[in-house]
Amino acid sequence: MTSREDTMPGLWQGFMAVIRRDLLLAWKRPGDILNPLFFFAMVCTLFPLAVGPSSEQLSISGPGIVWVAALLATLLSLNSLFLSDFEDGSLDQLILSPQPLPLLALGKTVAHWLSAGLPLVLVSPLVAVTFQMPGRTVGVMMLTLTFGTISLSLLGAIGAALTVGLHRGTALLSLLILPLAMPVLIFGARTVALAAANDAVSAGIYFLSAYCILALTLAPFATAAALKISNE
Amino acid sequence: MLSGKDLCLLRGDRCLFQNLNFALNSGELLLVEGKNGCGKTSLLRAIAGLLEFETGQVDWNGQSIMADHQVFCSDLVWLSHRVGFKGDLTLVENLSFETGLRATSADLLEPSLDRLGLTPLTGLPFRALSAGQQRRVALARMLMAKAPLWMMDEPFTNLDSGGQALVRELIAEHLAGNGLCVVASHQDIQLDAPVIRVPL
Repeated sequence: MTSREDTMPGLWQGFMAVIRRDLLLAWKRPGDILNPLFFFAMVCTLFPLAVGPSSEQLSISGPGIVWVAALLATLLSLNSLFLSDFEDGSLDQLILSPQPLPLLALGKTVAHWLSAGLPLVLVSPLVAVTFQMPGRTVGVMMLTLTFGTISLSLLGAIGAALTVGLHRGTALLSLLILPLAMPVLIFGARTVALAAANDAVSAGIYFLSAYCILALTLAPFATAAALKISNE
Repeated sequence: MLSGKDLCLLRGDRCLFQNLNFALNSGELLLVEGKNGCGKTSLLRAIAGLLEFETGQVDWNGQSIMADHQVFCSDLVWLSHRVGFKGDLTLVENLSFETGLRATSADLLEPSLDRLGLTPLTGLPFRALSAGQQRRVALARMLMAKAPLWMMDEPFTNLDSGGQALVRELIAEHLAGNGLCVVASHQDIQLDAPVIRVPL
């Protein structure tokens, strides 16, 4: 056992191993990715049909609807973030590994965003068509959704970690996360609405990016602490 | 060396045990014995640091395991009834994930699989394996990890007689190489190595 120091994987290797494994799992179970995406697309396409096709009304309500749909779709996919790890004992192995748990939790969150948040951002220009959004607005919407979904994944990971030991903790997860997600929703939707009105949007984008960085710094530690408590 | 002093564990209102002491040196095995539901698994989880003791502390090489849990974990591999592998991934994909988590030796992968009789199954998804075969994959993880401390909760579950003999053989080899084992089992371990018994 003399060569243990040499073979101990570095932090980056541990981080990438978690991302690789979770993306591989997502690839083998595409339903888990497609469900929230389908939900997002459905809500966004059904609204114009129900509200009416007048372009004035759609351009007013469009940003809000897209953002609410994105928020709910993300919540939908968050519930299962740690559930399978908890049930099959992988969580024990992650906690009892020499790698720092916040790093592994961040790896799982990044994988979640890559498989749930990023597809949603990429699909959003398609749903924007149903709200007859002009090009600049679509760009702003994609940018704010990028920051927003990253923040939501990070915040949601805390909630998912806290509720993983409870059976059917979905409602509780939403209750825990929604207050923290409110600023993201308000600034996100408002910024897109301002873009649609040809107003200045930089303030909202700054706020969302700052919020995203704050979540990125603090959320992994909170998630790790919550995972340890839930796994007792 | 692994030692526990004045340990007491509560689950809800129930006291599982109190004033529990043990000291385990290299080459020795700690056998936690008792009926179903008497707290064997809880004791193991608490020694590993997954649960908190009400009183007392566990020391690894003279330092509390909670003082620097990561250092303790780098010396530990854990086996329990939930083996911690993903059903959708193949056996090799599951085991290669381990190389990112802890010190392992990639050269040991094939010999370990061979020894556990898993070589013909490498391409199958983990969920397609039988319960006993899944336990064997978990044993492969222990063989690949270069950790001195093995913690095993009911290592004989689901294994056929050949598998059970193999577990005894692996434990004996590990102890002979100055490793330590903590085993919870309701059946006797039948080993020649020094065994310290903790009846619960």
